[in-house]
Amino acid sequence: MMAVTPLTTTPEITPVQLSAASVAKKKLSSPWASLAAVVIAVLWTLPTFGLLLSSFRPELSIKRTGWWTFFTDPELTLDNYRAVFDSESGVNLADFFVNSLVICIPAVLIPVSLAALAAYAFAWIDFRGKNILFLAIFALQIVPLQVTLIPLLTIFVKIDISGTFWPLWLAHSTFALPLAIYLLHNFMKEVPAGLIEAARMDGAGHVAIFFRVMMPLMVPALAAFGIFQFLWVWNDLLVALVFAGGGNEVAPITYQLANLTGTRGTAWHLLASGTFVSIIVPVTVFLLLQRYFVRGLLAGSVKG
Amino acid sequence: MLSALLLFAAVLGIILFLASRVRGKRSDNAVGYLYLLPVVLMLAVGLVYPGLRTIYESFFDARGSAFIGIDNYKTIFTDHDQLVVLANTIIWVVIVPLLATAIGLVYAILVDRSRFESFAKALIFLPMAISMVAAGVIWKFMYEYRVDQPNVKQIGLINQIIVWLGGKPVQLLITDTFKLNTLLLIVVFIWIQAGFAMTVLSAAIKAIPDDIVEAARLDGVNPWSMFVKITLPSVRPTIVVVLTTIAIGTLKVFDVVRTMTGGNFNTSVIANEFYSQLIRADNQGLAAALAVVLFVLVTPIVFYNIRQVRQEA
Repeated sequence: MMAVTPLTTTPEITPVQLSAASVAKKKLSSPWASLAAVVIAVLWTLPTFGLLLSSFRPELSIKRTGWWTFFTDPELTLDNYRAVFDSESGVNLADFFVNSLVICIPAVLIPVSLAALAAYAFAWIDFRGKNILFLAIFALQIVPLQVTLIPLLTIFVKIDISGTFWPLWLAHSTFALPLAIYLLHNFMKEVPAGLIEAARMDGAGHVAIFFRVMMPLMVPALAAFGIFQFLWVWNDLLVALVFAGGGNEVAPITYQLANLTGTRGTAWHLLASGTFVSIIVPVTVFLLLQRYFVRGLLAGSVKG
Repeated sequence: MLSALLLFAAVLGIILFLASRVRGKRSDNAVGYLYLLPVVLMLAVGLVYPGLRTIYESFFDARGSAFIGIDNYKTIFTDHDQLVVLANTIIWVVIVPLLATAIGLVYAILVDRSRFESFAKALIFLPMAISMVAAGVIWKFMYEYRVDQPNVKQIGLINQIIVWLGGKPVQLLITDTFKLNTLLLIVVFIWIQAGFAMTVLSAAIKAIPDDIVEAARLDGVNPWSMFVKITLPSVRPTIVVVLTTIAIGTLKVFDVVRTMTGGNFNTSVIANEFYSQLIRADNQGLAAALAVVLFVLVTPIVFYNIRQVRQEA
């Protein structure tokens, strides 16, 4: 499915780059095709741009005029950003921002490392019942999380950890496992068996092979899945609402943002700046690690 | 956070220590089970048991105390409000995958090998990185409505455009004539998903062997037939995977509806209704039944998707 660029030491001479798409594009054709592409790009960018511009406009201006007014009557301020971090506004975004980080870090590290261990076992260890177990875990991908929430809530209340971060860590970690194991297993299977054999000959056990041979090779795959899990947890609302709904001490930033749309639906200055604060981290991660993120997508790792 | 990470590190440490102790040919079984132990435990407690439990609870009343048979399911398929929810879910799951995939495909072709390809792709792709809550806020602002009075200006772009064109502003998210508000919510989800479709399809398009394209070109095939006869058939399996993947995501869509309308004004869908019944209406039985219906709807699509991925691999 992926285009593979052959490794060459000398640059290949490719006079005309051809592809089905570029040929199809040619007569659709240049001006119209470009126009269509630009229209789509603008439609996809404009909504975000409008809110970004709004987040820097004074409160009264946001509420009385459209953001496009900026181009005839430019006014900019940082007041909205100050407001969402100010405790007087009751928004306290900083607290929720920290909560999101506290939720995300273990909720990424735990499933990725556990899944790596499990994937290694499925890929390179022969044990009884392996195939059935692998199939069972693979099949668990079909369980939508809604199905698990009510009983999990009961369990968390019963063992008295509701209102802490534990339900969020445990739930996010568990939900990530089936897909993580499946994908990492696929990557590990592609490691040449000779490498493993050689290590075994040298007397390396499964622990040594896992750390010395497998981990270095798996960095891109682990990164790809890690980013996915990070974005997914950071952007989650459902799990947060169900398990952290009670206390603001553990609720993530998406929770507070959703609250604002309900209770302060008209406080556009808070909504606009608050939304951008919540977007900063995932977009930064996305832009920095785009390469891995796309690789993860192309490996079929999609979760929703 | 430290406590969780420390506990977790301790668990890993014990497993790895034990694994390094067992040696020899017979060790494989032991090490295999050891590596899988935490995962199997978590999945059993966190997915398998709750899943089965929810199916069981879907046959009980609102408080989970009295067995009421299939009444909850009867409600879902006969009650007027619930039928609206089902209808909306169907509209979502038909429209979103088709349009998101179509837009993604067209855009992938349009920007393919252009000078600004990676930048152009990033623009469409970026909504994928933000939360649906944030997307909801962004689009709520687009759809915002202000009373139609001479001294009041519109602050939502869509209504402003309507006004510029000489129309009267519409309460976009409240109007459910012709499912207008549901369709507007669907726009938001397409906006989020098109980038995914574009990325995956773009990779598939680039993987079409150059010699096939070259041969067709030498035969003097025009661009349209190139698209229909070469591009489309080559990426068909990928299109199916993209369609089904988006369909699965669409069935579970919750955040967009909840942030933008809260499911009011006839815009609720199953995943949102599940939450409303569970938390707001406090009807555990009905919520469980809705989750089971969601499960039943997702399952065939997931299996079809898996089969496609396998055939392709």
